[in-house]
Amino acid sequence: MEKLLAILREINPDVNFETEEVLIDGGILDSFDIVTLVAEIDDNFGVQIPAEALTAENFNSARALYDLIRRLEDA
Amino acid sequence: MQRNILEYLEQTVQRVPDKTAFYDENGALTFRQLFDAARAIGSRLIRQGAKRQPVAVFMEKSPRTVAAFLGVLYSGCYYVPLDGEMPRYRIEKILEKLHPAACICDETTDSLARQISGLGTLYAYGEIASGPIDQTALNIVRAKQIDTDPAYIVFTSGSTGVPKGVVGCHRAVIDYVENLCDVMKFDENTVFGNQTPLYFDACLKEIIPTLKYGASTCLISRKLFLQPVKLVEYLNQRRINTLCWVVSALTFISSFGTFEKVTPQYLRTIAFASEVFPIRQLKLWRTALPNTRFINLYGPTETTGICCYYEVDREFGEEEALPVGRPFPNTEIILLDENNRVSKPGEKGEICIRGTRLTHGYFADPDRTAAVFVQNPLNPHYPELIYRTGDIGRYNDRGELVFITRKDHQIKHMGHRIELGEIEAAANACPGVGGCCCVYDEEKQRITLYYTGKAEDLRQQLKDRLPRYMLPQKLTRLDALPLTPNGKIDRNALKYR
Repeated sequence: MEKLLAILREINPDVNFETEEVLIDGGILDSFDIVTLVAEIDDNFGVQIPAEALTAENFNSARALYDLIRRLEDA
Repeated sequence: MQRNILEYLEQTVQRVPDKTAFYDENGALTFRQLFDAARAIGSRLIRQGAKRQPVAVFMEKSPRTVAAFLGVLYSGCYYVPLDGEMPRYRIEKILEKLHPAACICDETTDSLARQISGLGTLYAYGEIASGPIDQTALNIVRAKQIDTDPAYIVFTSGSTGVPKGVVGCHRAVIDYVENLCDVMKFDENTVFGNQTPLYFDACLKEIIPTLKYGASTCLISRKLFLQPVKLVEYLNQRRINTLCWVVSALTFISSFGTFEKVTPQYLRTIAFASEVFPIRQLKLWRTALPNTRFINLYGPTETTGICCYYEVDREFGEEEALPVGRPFPNTEIILLDENNRVSKPGEKGEICIRGTRLTHGYFADPDRTAAVFVQNPLNPHYPELIYRTGDIGRYNDRGELVFITRKDHQIKHMGHRIELGEIEAAANACPGVGGCCCVYDEEKQRITLYYTGKAEDLRQQLKDRLPRYMLPQKLTRLDALPLTPNGKIDRNALKYR
């Protein structure tokens, strides 16, 4: 989780990723942030996020995103 | 002869009054509703005494925003879109010169609008759009209007830190739309899926042809653009068949392997503008949609939007750049070299534009207007303006225009046109900043600001001054900025740091 938070803070230092829950619905992350994030997750976790997993539910909070990475790691 | 954009709506509303013109997830307006709301707004503004003045439309993107634009036109005034995403500082900078007669706002912008002075008489959309229609007054105003009267002002980034208000007129929009529609083959069955914000001229591509043909435009929710599979499913559900998007919105879909999961079913025309489409991504699109037309569009706000097009008709190597093609009919491109002579065949030159398409220049800004709207140097005999784009291009062996680079420090970032100088001006205005320089990494699409001095919470200060899309991704403090032998800030040294 710390590793993911560090990646997120690098992308946007202004957001409190530990508490924010509307990263997508609130328009906080933009498409370029997502592209960067997906590439960083691949580099750091070795997990490729498929297109259908790019949803607001999975990306609205750091916690949801972390859970997604865990699920993909187990798969 | 058509003189006013509104004539498109007036003819269409006779034909298909109950067809949906614009809709989003929260609501829809038929052509009849649009017609009535716009005339009510126009009537109220006329009653107020507004006359050939700017009127601000400060609303969240929705079908009602389009009605507000058209309502302003009915009063004989011209609309100026402002947006809740613009920071207050920037709106105030715009208002220093603009002095709008009135401002139409909605529930989302109402409280902010009340805090800002200089917006003129404030109207709530809900009230002004449902008021009485005074057709006699509307007729009197229309009879006096001519086609070179302004229709809108859109603000674009300015290198001195003051945004430039580009003044577009009815005649130029009509010329643009007529030629665009011929090339794109829009018709009454066109269903646009709008992506671009309504506060730029890019949305004219969808709004005006919708009025002309009685087509439909779906204003797609911004958050869908971060969810590629859902976005394509949405396009299919709504049977959207025409896209005019910025390149980054299209590549976002293709780069995640979305087409392995879901394929767009109805898209027949995909136009894209504002950036170079990476060939690898274009190939993914063309493989998924072999029967769809792909059209590259090019053109600055100063000439009423798009002026050149290239329909993809062959395969490209990954290192090749997609041409911007050739001008629309009734527009001419001139490539000028440093000595203001026509560039030799195959050689590069500044792309200059000639035609009815030229806007009136920058609002209340004669100096910056005169710098780029200049007498055609090839014609010493009578007044004739051309627009110098600052873009460098050349013709390839096939006679197609190819964009090469910029003459200055203007960049395209996520589809937005940005002057790096505007970001620097904003940073220099922050207390504690000694000096600064902004550079753009095209490959990683990152804006980095290098600065000296001790600024408290510089990021927050920049946020208060700049629109979100202009905020640098990275702020780096240096003890000193590198200088060239001439004593200027060495941009290249920073860029390749």
